[in-house]
Amino acid sequence: MPIISMRNVSKFFGDFQALKNVSLDVALGERVVICGPSGSGKSTLIRCINRLEAHEVGHIVVDGTTLTNKPADLEKIRSNVGMVFQQFNLFPHLSVMDNLCLGPRRVLGLTDQEARARAMKHLERVQIPDQAEKFPRQLSGGQQQRVAIARSLCMEPRILLFDEPTSALDPEMIAEVLDVMTELASSGMTMIVVTHEMGFARRVADRMVFMDKGEIVEFGTPEDVFTAPKSKRFATFIKQILNH
Amino acid sequence: MKRFFIFASALLLLSGCSANWGWYVVDPTMTSGWNNLKFMASGAYYTLGMSITAILVSVVVGLLVAIPGLSEKRGWRMFNRTYVEIVRSVPVLVLILWVYYGLPALSGITLNVFWAGVLALALSDSAFQAEIFRAGIQSISRGQYEAAQSISLNYRDTMRFVILPQAIRRILPALGNQLVYMLKMSSLVSVIGMQELTRKANELVVSEYRPLEIYTVLVLEYLVLILIVSAGVRRLERRLNASDT
Repeated sequence: MPIISMRNVSKFFGDFQALKNVSLDVALGERVVICGPSGSGKSTLIRCINRLEAHEVGHIVVDGTTLTNKPADLEKIRSNVGMVFQQFNLFPHLSVMDNLCLGPRRVLGLTDQEARARAMKHLERVQIPDQAEKFPRQLSGGQQQRVAIARSLCMEPRILLFDEPTSALDPEMIAEVLDVMTELASSGMTMIVVTHEMGFARRVADRMVFMDKGEIVEFGTPEDVFTAPKSKRFATFIKQILNH
Repeated sequence: MKRFFIFASALLLLSGCSANWGWYVVDPTMTSGWNNLKFMASGAYYTLGMSITAILVSVVVGLLVAIPGLSEKRGWRMFNRTYVEIVRSVPVLVLILWVYYGLPALSGITLNVFWAGVLALALSDSAFQAEIFRAGIQSISRGQYEAAQSISLNYRDTMRFVILPQAIRRILPALGNQLVYMLKMSSLVSVIGMQELTRKANELVVSEYRPLEIYTVLVLEYLVLILIVSAGVRRLERRLNASDT
């Protein structure tokens, strides 16, 4: 049984239809990479999974819970689904440690000591345990994004969503973030990643999804889609990305 | 700052030489002058007490009025707009008179002068506080809410731990402004007989008949109070900013 199941999902922003009848299943432990031109609806798609955006048509079931506006269901889903943003969205007034401990303390009800221990564990995992007492502003972009990943991990989610996690980074910092993500993938975390990093996609993805104009145009294993793209739109997109 | 004080006192001394000034009423080297000064300064207790109590009340009320203003529901926003528009269009002096003389007739509750003053000042200021808080909260980027939602924080915790701490840092200069404004507006409570700085000065003028000198001292009293408050707010700003840069 898939851990995420989207059936005929549509999403509108006013008159603009951001998602058109999208269906997608993700199995536990699967790594899915979503790519596509800007405005194709890929961010909207993953933002619907933890209901940062509410879909208007269709059904989304995450880990057995159907997405509705019921606060109890939302809380359950959101504590099971972590999200990493393009702009990191760390809390600037809190130290790295406090950024990490806030959720575990307030949502999961951990004691101070437990939350700190957990935070240190995940900071070590993203390889910046020495930055625990600093503030986000004192860190490089790559470090900030790794803190954001650790913040999500502290909730011990079953699924992690990544919304263009390396797009706001300087080129020399992309690798350190991708390394952390690769390590996460090899540990069996269910991941849905919106990214243009095709090397990462090839290495890590079980499945590639290509979106254009709110629709899923092409999907399959990276091997299949890269070597023999079925749609012309995807072939053109790949050419543009790889030849820039 | 220091230079400003030297300049101001030099100006006063110089003008003191003119025949129109009678500094003896407030001359600290003379017994009567010293007693007059003590009498005037004793009002500071009420000016400060009233202003600080009122600002504390108005910050809380302002925040409680600001939050519905951010709601997606129209009804809540209407409540916010109505409160702000009505309360901020009443002149402070009118509100003081209304609370002191009108409210007892309306509700049967009689407030003493101090609490009537606090209530009127706080009420009047709360509409401005509400707008300041609303602006501050709205200036926090959507990403902060989304990050809080993605770790499943509820609305209350999001506000308490993520949004308000950041918003308050940003509105601190405006809050400082309101405190200064409050200190000055508290002089109006003298009309209902509150023994604060302005009232004390008025009483002394009636007995000594030296308005120029006495009101000049009054001006200086407010100046000193407000400079102290401003310095305090600035220090707080620096401390909060230092903690996250």
